[in-house]
Amino acid sequence: MAIRQAHEIHGRRLGRNLGLGLVLAVFVALVFGLTVVKISHLKEGKLPAAEASQ
Amino acid sequence: MSDLSAVDHGQEAGFGDYVQLLKPRVMSLVVFTAMVGLIVAPVPVHPFVAFTAILFIALGGGASGALNMWYDADIDRVMRRTQSRPVPAGRVGAGEALGLGLALSVLSCLMLGLAANWFAGAFLAFTIFFYVVVYTMWLKRRTPQNIVIGGAAGAFPPMIGWAVATGGVSVESVLMFALIFMWTPPHFWALALFMKDDYSRAGVPMLTVTHGRAATRKHILVYTLLLAPFPVALALTSIGGPVTLVTALVLNALFIRGAVRIARRDDAAAEADGYRAEKAFFRFSLAYLFLHFGALLVEASLAPFGLGGW
Repeated sequence: MAIRQAHEIHGRRLGRNLGLGLVLAVFVALVFGLTVVKISHLKEGKLPAAEASQ
Repeated sequence: MSDLSAVDHGQEAGFGDYVQLLKPRVMSLVVFTAMVGLIVAPVPVHPFVAFTAILFIALGGGASGALNMWYDADIDRVMRRTQSRPVPAGRVGAGEALGLGLALSVLSCLMLGLAANWFAGAFLAFTIFFYVVVYTMWLKRRTPQNIVIGGAAGAFPPMIGWAVATGGVSVESVLMFALIFMWTPPHFWALALFMKDDYSRAGVPMLTVTHGRAATRKHILVYTLLLAPFPVALALTSIGGPVTLVTALVLNALFIRGAVRIARRDDAAAEADGYRAEKAFFRFSLAYLFLHFGALLVEASLAPFGLGGW
């Protein structure tokens, strides 16, 4: 039998899931942002390590 | 009534309980000091990289908080101040705290390494190791100097912030460490004097219990006197300046005055006025740390106008 009745527990679970979803979305945005910053600061397509060894 | 009654203990954790595991109030201090360490460093960092670096340092601090709550759940259950934490209250399982703590530790160190440099990432890993293994597991329950050693873990963040910018360690960053390291014992012992938490029942050797409250008062004074030279020395380095020096001189004079007041009286006198001097000293200690690091920020923000610094 399916559970139809909403319970206080469901609210808390929803909150937890939404919270985790938001955290993951923020993490994706951070990694993307970092990638953009790192790539746009490369000089002539060289990695900083390659640059330093020259 | 419903099919859920079999699983409903009214204890299911909400999102906030997981946030509580990360000790958000401790995290705010970590964020502030790491940010100052990063900003005052002589090497400029891209604002977005700086933002993410501070976030990952805070996350690492949170991870060590979760691991601490996993390991100390037995103590937390006994002491009034900590009984409502998610693990002792039964909202989050100890294993969950362990899992979250370990996962966030690895994630924060890796991400800090990728975002900034591997020295900073390794430094964060060392800080988490120090707080969780050296302090929480090893020394906290063994020595009354636990607060002194635990203070080191709290003192590393400005050094990590500095390492994010410079990739290394220097006199300035070591002095920022020393400032927080030496500040922690008087700050905590003042709290222990008026909080009277049940450390003895929990089996934690607090100085107030092992050496008595009179000895704790003397310890506060000695540590406050030993602390004073460090902020003054910090003010004389390349990140200091007139603002920092005046701040250090005034704040340390006031801090020593407060410590002398505490050392000169006994518990009967403190009991009589509701621990006024001890509470005032504790509150001032918070302002003390905030203003010292704030002064460093002021010094750094004046630099573009040709002011600040020596």
